[in-house]
Amino acid sequence: MNYAVEIKDLDLYFGNVKVLQQLNLDIYKGEFLVLLGSSGCGKSTLLNCIAGLLEVTDGQIFIGGNNVTWAQPSERGIGMVFQSYALYPQMTVEGNLSFGLRNARMPRDEISKRVSRAAGILQIEPLLKRKPAALSGGQRQRVAIGRALVRDVDVFLFDEPLSNLDAKLRADLRVEIKKLHEQLDNTMIYVTHDQIEAMTLADRIAIMKEGKIMQLASPNEIYNRPRNLYVADFIGSPSMNFLHGEIKDGNFLLDGITIPLKGYEFAADSSQGGKAILGLRPEHILTGDNLASATVRTTVTVELVEPMGSDTLIYSTLAGTFIHVRMDGQARVSPGDKVEIGFQPERASLFDPETEDRL
Amino acid sequence: MADTAVSTNVSSTASLRDGPRGPKPRRTFSRRNILLYGTLFVIAVYYAIPLYVMIVTSLKGMPEVRMGNIFSPPLEITFAPWVKAWSQACTGLTCKGLSIGFWNSVRITVPSVIISTIIASVNGYALANWRFKGANVFFTILIFGSFIPYQVLLYPVVILLREIGLYGKLAGLVIVHTIFGMPILTLLFRNYFSSLPEELFKAARVDGAGFWGIFLRVMLPMSIPIFAVAIILQVTGIWNDFLFGVVYTGPESYPMTVALNNIVNSTQGVVEYNVNMAATIITGLVPLTIYFVSGKLFVRGIAAGAVKG
Amino acid sequence: MKRPNQLFRNLSAKIAAIPMIVTGLFVFVGGTVWTVVYSFTKSGLLPRLKWVGLDQYERLWSTKRWLVSIENLAIYGISMLVLVFVIGFILATLIDQKVRFENAFRTIILYPFALSFVVTGLVWQWILNPEFGIQSIVRDLGWKSFTFDPLYTPEIAIYGVLIAGLWQGSGLVMVLMLAGLRGIDQDIWKAARVDGIPAWKTYLFIVIPMMRPVFITTLVLVVSGIVKLYDLIVAQTGGGPGIATEVPAKYVYDMMFAASNLGQGFAASTMMLVTVALIVIPWAMLEFGGKKNG
Repeated sequence: MNYAVEIKDLDLYFGNVKVLQQLNLDIYKGEFLVLLGSSGCGKSTLLNCIAGLLEVTDGQIFIGGNNVTWAQPSERGIGMVFQSYALYPQMTVEGNLSFGLRNARMPRDEISKRVSRAAGILQIEPLLKRKPAALSGGQRQRVAIGRALVRDVDVFLFDEPLSNLDAKLRADLRVEIKKLHEQLDNTMIYVTHDQIEAMTLADRIAIMKEGKIMQLASPNEIYNRPRNLYVADFIGSPSMNFLHGEIKDGNFLLDGITIPLKGYEFAADSSQGGKAILGLRPEHILTGDNLASATVRTTVTVELVEPMGSDTLIYSTLAGTFIHVRMDGQARVSPGDKVEIGFQPERASLFDPETEDRL
Repeated sequence: MADTAVSTNVSSTASLRDGPRGPKPRRTFSRRNILLYGTLFVIAVYYAIPLYVMIVTSLKGMPEVRMGNIFSPPLEITFAPWVKAWSQACTGLTCKGLSIGFWNSVRITVPSVIISTIIASVNGYALANWRFKGANVFFTILIFGSFIPYQVLLYPVVILLREIGLYGKLAGLVIVHTIFGMPILTLLFRNYFSSLPEELFKAARVDGAGFWGIFLRVMLPMSIPIFAVAIILQVTGIWNDFLFGVVYTGPESYPMTVALNNIVNSTQGVVEYNVNMAATIITGLVPLTIYFVSGKLFVRGIAAGAVKG
Repeated sequence: MKRPNQLFRNLSAKIAAIPMIVTGLFVFVGGTVWTVVYSFTKSGLLPRLKWVGLDQYERLWSTKRWLVSIENLAIYGISMLVLVFVIGFILATLIDQKVRFENAFRTIILYPFALSFVVTGLVWQWILNPEFGIQSIVRDLGWKSFTFDPLYTPEIAIYGVLIAGLWQGSGLVMVLMLAGLRGIDQDIWKAARVDGIPAWKTYLFIVIPMMRPVFITTLVLVVSGIVKLYDLIVAQTGGGPGIATEVPAKYVYDMMFAASNLGQGFAASTMMLVTVALIVIPWAMLEFGGKKNG
């Protein structure tokens, strides 16, 4: 069996509300899969279904090749980490780590072996005798991860584990989770609404919207070849510029500008033309010295400048559409300046305005 | 690449395999459910029985009461006990029924509730939003006042009322209820106003509104629910009071609870159980109506009044 | 610009609060002090400042009726406390099992709390009436020797009052406990399920310890209610049979307003105050002492 988790035709309804519909998802062994989406897209619901904390309306769930659709959460071979940590407040860290194991009547030396291994991996040995109230947010989340670790399972589920932490700590723990994954090599399913977490951690990202997976692919693929308008708009900050135009004879016509599409890989046979949307990431719009490699060029007027240190964002209007362009941080521009911009069609994305799918 | 293969194939239907699918089948009449709902049903019956017995007994004639048991429904429904309880039942000397007590209770409850709610809301607001010197002392007095056994204050208040010439009068009892209802109500309002976002208050101050301006134009419009809770709490509390009624009023100004107790517990001669139960149920009718109508707010009131944090 | 005088800062707030502070100080604090002071005097029909030291207290503690009152309050109080907590918590957990008709069940269990003690006492007096109530019904069913007559049996009369008290008060505890249970992070339950901990163990070892604040608040409320127990006794038993169901609050009332023995009333009410203070003060320190009041 090559898959750690398989989800087959999953439906989940809350009364008449269809939260998940006909959802299929196969997750490889040892993979780090991120479920990404805005709130209410069903990502946490899906995770809870995998954990067995929610009963599915229809469909099947396999973990490690076993059909666990009817199994209790504790029988599924999963460990779970929650956003609110969900530590048992009146027990010490050690108690938190061992409570589930003691309850399963595991021999004492085995329990202490597992606890000290988990504590070692997470570097929380000095905290073992403390209570959660005496820990910082980052330490608490480590203990919560430890509680999943001692279960010695193949699949880890993370439900927005870093959302309650401040930005700095979040970045630190993100790296640690990544290290942990490399060290343990087990399957991790990670729910987040933070695209940076998703891009940095994931082997594959599943972007969800309204209970459906919009795209399941590697971060690179999702960033460069978004399958539809929603994914294109969701990933990337600042988000992609969308320009409405028309495809004719292998060219994209944009309000008088003709953009040859030579080099653009069409997803399907869509060369017959018609209305289309051209998607351009702000960082893929070239300026200054980089213009040399651009095959299409035009000049725009700068309307607003946002210097951000590492780079500078300028706002302008192109073909009646408000666009943003990412420039080098050292660029000196001010509103009213004329700036020449250009881009490479092969780095752009084209979408069908009707179906919103990639062309 | 496997990634792309899967990614282009997301929405296609994977074939289901054998084995469990969908929700785990569960019998509606599982042992757990039978036990759970059975227990709850028995408990509900236990709690409901007294109300049922009251109603049933009050609708029977005396011969039937003597013959049957208290649970059997009336064979012949009669409202005579209700009429008698309301207008003819004897309280020791007079035989004018509960009606006098009812109107006394109304005359006591309405002003007490209005006055105490107004004062408590202003005080709660002052405590929550205007940190003034002495606020802590005030707060301590409130805590003290909400837990002190009233027996300690019974006599001092008698002296106080005598001094101002209101001992034994309705107005005296109104004052007593206003004072004694204050601590718990003020705490209720304080907690509510503290829970409102402080920015709101600060914004109003920056806009130049003063103490009363903020209270009347910013806080009050947002406080309808808590006023409802306070009024429910006070109406039930004052209506149900017995101790203050019996101590601070005289026979003509007795509130309903005292009148009821006198009717039931001091009847001479034949005890008319049906009239007694009719009187009991009439007395309970006002708080019961409030309870059944207000529902969630009542629950919120006791939860809020109880957890004074 | 001149700095405004400290005294006039938040003047309106002070003006608004002053009447209440004065009344509160005068009535609550002044009244309490007055009663305590006069409990050391030989007041009879009228309060008189004739010092007798601890005489009133010595008399109090050698009066049979007071001792019975204390004993009754202890029996009622401890039984009430234990049962109301157990029943209230069990009811709350039952209702917390995502039952259908939750509102209906809750409404039925809580309605007695809306009724006055007088009404409660009278209804239960009627239900426990040996001639017509439960005893007669069971006897009519064929069990001729069945005896359940608490209100006319001095040894167990206080338990008859307890039944009524539980009926009236357990709904309140249930509501408070239910609010406590609902306040617990749902993730804790999920974590426990993933850990494979059965529901009863989760309640016992995780949820109950987490509800300590709710328990303490409920305890304070229930206890201060128990100490004030008066209306229920007056309505249900009148303290009888004999003095079998006398309680301290009734002793105070009777001494002050029936027996013209004010000194005894003051001493007895001071004892009640001490009891409540012993419970409330530590709680108030715990609850409000640590953080800043505001």
